[in-house]
Amino acid sequence: MGGGGVRLGVTIFPGSNCDRDALYAVERMGAEPVELWHADADLKGSDAVIVPGGFSYGDYLRPGAIARFAKVMAALEDFARSGGPVLGVCNGFQVLTEAHLLPGALLRNAGMRFVCRRVRVRVEATETPWTSSCEPGEELTLPVAHNEGNYFADPVTLEQIEADDRVVLRYLENPNGSANDIAGVCNEDRNVVGIMPHPERASDPALGSEEGIRVLRSILAEARV
Amino acid sequence: MNLQETYTSLGLSDFEYDRILELLGRAPNYLELSLFSVMWSEHCGYKNSRPLLRRFPNSGLRVLQGPGENAGVVEVGEGWALAFKVESHNHPSAVEPYEGAATGVGGIIRDILAMGARPVALLDSLRFGPLGEERNRYLFREVVRGIGGYGNAVGVPTVGGEVEFAGAYSGNPLVNAMCVGLIRTEDLVRSRATGEGNLVVLLGSKTGRDGIHGATFASDELTEESESKRSNVQVGDPFAEKMLIECCLKLLDESLLVSLQDLGAAGIASSASEMAAKGGVGIEVDAERVPLRETGMEPYEVVISESQERMLAVVEPDKVGRVLGLAERYGLVGAVIGRVTDHGELRVKNGGETVGSVPAEYLADAPVYEREVVRPAYLDEARSSDPEDYPQPDDYNLVLKKMLAHPNLCSRRSIFQQYDHQVGVDTVILPGADAAVMRIKGTNLGFAVTTDGRGRHCYLDPRGGGAATVAEAYRNLSCVGAEPVAITNCLNFGSPEKTEGYYQLAECIEGMAQACEAFGTPIVSGNASLYNETEAGAVYPTPVVGMVGVLEDVSRYATPGFKREGDMVVVIGSGSRVSLAGSDYLEVVHGRVAGEPPEPNLDAEKKIADLVREMVRSGLVDTAHDISGGGEFVAAAKMALAGGLGIEYMEGEFERRLAGQGRGRADVALFGEEHGAFLVAVPWERWAELRDALGGDVGHYRTGTVGGDSVKVGDVIDVKLSELREAYERDLFGAPGGAEVTH
Repeated sequence: MGGGGVRLGVTIFPGSNCDRDALYAVERMGAEPVELWHADADLKGSDAVIVPGGFSYGDYLRPGAIARFAKVMAALEDFARSGGPVLGVCNGFQVLTEAHLLPGALLRNAGMRFVCRRVRVRVEATETPWTSSCEPGEELTLPVAHNEGNYFADPVTLEQIEADDRVVLRYLENPNGSANDIAGVCNEDRNVVGIMPHPERASDPALGSEEGIRVLRSILAEARV
Repeated sequence: MNLQETYTSLGLSDFEYDRILELLGRAPNYLELSLFSVMWSEHCGYKNSRPLLRRFPNSGLRVLQGPGENAGVVEVGEGWALAFKVESHNHPSAVEPYEGAATGVGGIIRDILAMGARPVALLDSLRFGPLGEERNRYLFREVVRGIGGYGNAVGVPTVGGEVEFAGAYSGNPLVNAMCVGLIRTEDLVRSRATGEGNLVVLLGSKTGRDGIHGATFASDELTEESESKRSNVQVGDPFAEKMLIECCLKLLDESLLVSLQDLGAAGIASSASEMAAKGGVGIEVDAERVPLRETGMEPYEVVISESQERMLAVVEPDKVGRVLGLAERYGLVGAVIGRVTDHGELRVKNGGETVGSVPAEYLADAPVYEREVVRPAYLDEARSSDPEDYPQPDDYNLVLKKMLAHPNLCSRRSIFQQYDHQVGVDTVILPGADAAVMRIKGTNLGFAVTTDGRGRHCYLDPRGGGAATVAEAYRNLSCVGAEPVAITNCLNFGSPEKTEGYYQLAECIEGMAQACEAFGTPIVSGNASLYNETEAGAVYPTPVVGMVGVLEDVSRYATPGFKREGDMVVVIGSGSRVSLAGSDYLEVVHGRVAGEPPEPNLDAEKKIADLVREMVRSGLVDTAHDISGGGEFVAAAKMALAGGLGIEYMEGEFERRLAGQGRGRADVALFGEEHGAFLVAVPWERWAELRDALGGDVGHYRTGTVGGDSVKVGDVIDVKLSELREAYERDLFGAPGGAEVTH
């Protein structure tokens, strides 16, 4: 499956550490990787944007709390609000909730420890640009690695996102105490998705799994439309 | 404080002070005395270990950089090289475990960065006192948190390591961090300062009072007073380190640096004097130009501060603008603090005024102490005890469960799940196998890395234990399919000023050196941590070996877990003596560390490990595990647990062991330990091929079949995997004592 010249931006904040992995996965997908430096309010013509994992600004104050004020985020927010596809992975998910592009918040893991392992998840919603190549109900094994992945939202919001089918991924084995086993959600317009698992870490047969790159490849079909 | 009290409090002896007077031809001022104090500490100057370290072989075909630089470097192939080193952070971790461990990780990453390499893998070798004691649980929990807290944030995966618990480490834990970096051979940088008139640029964080005299603290025994030295422990900021990594790699990529050096023990003083001494030049630094994070710092504090996340670079004057510009882009402090001169001295100024000046070569040339090697009395007593004097247990199912639940043998999952082991997307074999395997993107090449230490063994037999430590690393790399290439080591010992400590150091080094020669694996970098003692005594002599190896085809590797029902399990061994002396069994079941452990036969070890590696590389074997602590049946049980498939030993197999290696004792037959042995599993139809590959003169026999949901050995052991799993997969951070096995 070729990328057909799709430009996929990856934001780089100080302290991002999955940016290079995301760029590598984009390259493997056959799309064109575009580095988006935090201090430039410019998405450089990206067709879609990934906000990668890591510890942006050292996770100081609160994960994602400082990154949301970076210059690139102003451009990203405009892009997202006008329907541009955005995927936040791990710390990227935290950044997107802090920026109020996604509902809820990610709290400290229930076990109070960093957790790095592979988990089983189910694809609950395929009507998003980031999961459209998956089958509804499909089960995937994806790596997680986080200290704050415990999804929280107030009961009304939770009910709303469940009712709207906005839970994108759900843990089959909850590693962090997330409400309703939520591993990923999307916004009302469904173009912005945040997930805790790392699809870019399951994107290479040399590392034993390509279940992640299958998720990421959804965007190629979407972005061409 | 009088003069003698002053230099004594700085860790200098009368002899050393007199030597300083003689060298300088005058009395040093306090700043100069501080420079000597840190540069002549064991930590920086290796004054007790240097003569012994000469014994280590350090050259080889793949060696691009041996000892003497920030890290050793070996060639992998296709233009790639690996820079690697292990270093201790024992004393800081004993008093402030989280920051001690965190800054240990940060420090070793900067050593690798200083070679110009991108850090791509971390490992940690840890030792603590028994988990029954609250203080040890605290140290263990916080050290693991510190390693994760730093490593996870800085974005370098923690892919391996090891941990053991023993009373000898109570109050003096060992925290050794290893880092491996990847670099193109043509991009290697060195720390040699050159070019009179070139500028010295400090990059990274601001400088504060943290870690003043930290190197001196690290070179002393731990006492009650050590608690009060908490302020000698540095505080880490992985965020700044991450920016420092990206900034330095960018600076090197754009060819903006002449040389690069990390700031570790003794800060600017140490780095600048080493850079000057190596280049045969002088360096002047102006304390006033160092960006500070607190006020009122004396010049001597500025130059020996161990504030973390800083690097020192030598830069040509016309490139300084671009260097400072890039530092700013990465949110780092960048400042020109001095220049390279021709006077050969490390000269410290404050404003225009010189406040201290010492020839760099004197600082780099710590006095050397050679001592007499005298066999200590404890050895005969500890070794004279016969492990077969103890009664044999009657329930071996219970013993197997007890062994697998013991903190020294149980699963390390509860530790490594707290470390990000996949960031960087290069980790091919995740933690939990014999060695970590990493791929090199864009090639078929990979590398494997392991750390190993055998403190108990080295205590009972320093020379044999030293050799066996290297042999264990060699086996671990071989059974994943990697060709062992070279070694870094961290020598964790008690005081060299005591007979016992010096003997253990000298003998372990001799054993390690013999093994390195036999295996063709030179030692290219290392670190010595002596004075690991408390009022209760010294730690076990614990040389830790970090070994790296190369995989020509990273898709060909083996892991321990059984993979197919019906596979045949084969023992391949060197025929070494099998004994309970110094074994895990003796410690777990009888609470004793005693006896004469079997001695490794290095030629046989090499031959067998090389054969196993060839079988993995040829694709014949994909399931292999070395037989180590706990013996063969513990190894087999771990392979069953890793693969989720049981094993049944063949009929008569137990009786054969009982009559043979067990010499009539079931405990020896089941849990005796040996050297140079592996377990592999292959489909039955490949037995003939396996036999051919082994040739006629290598001991091997079929021992059992993979399948079912239990481990069965004759009529002595029959336990369900689910029961073993419950014992083995215990949470090491859970309640004290954890899953105590009683039934």
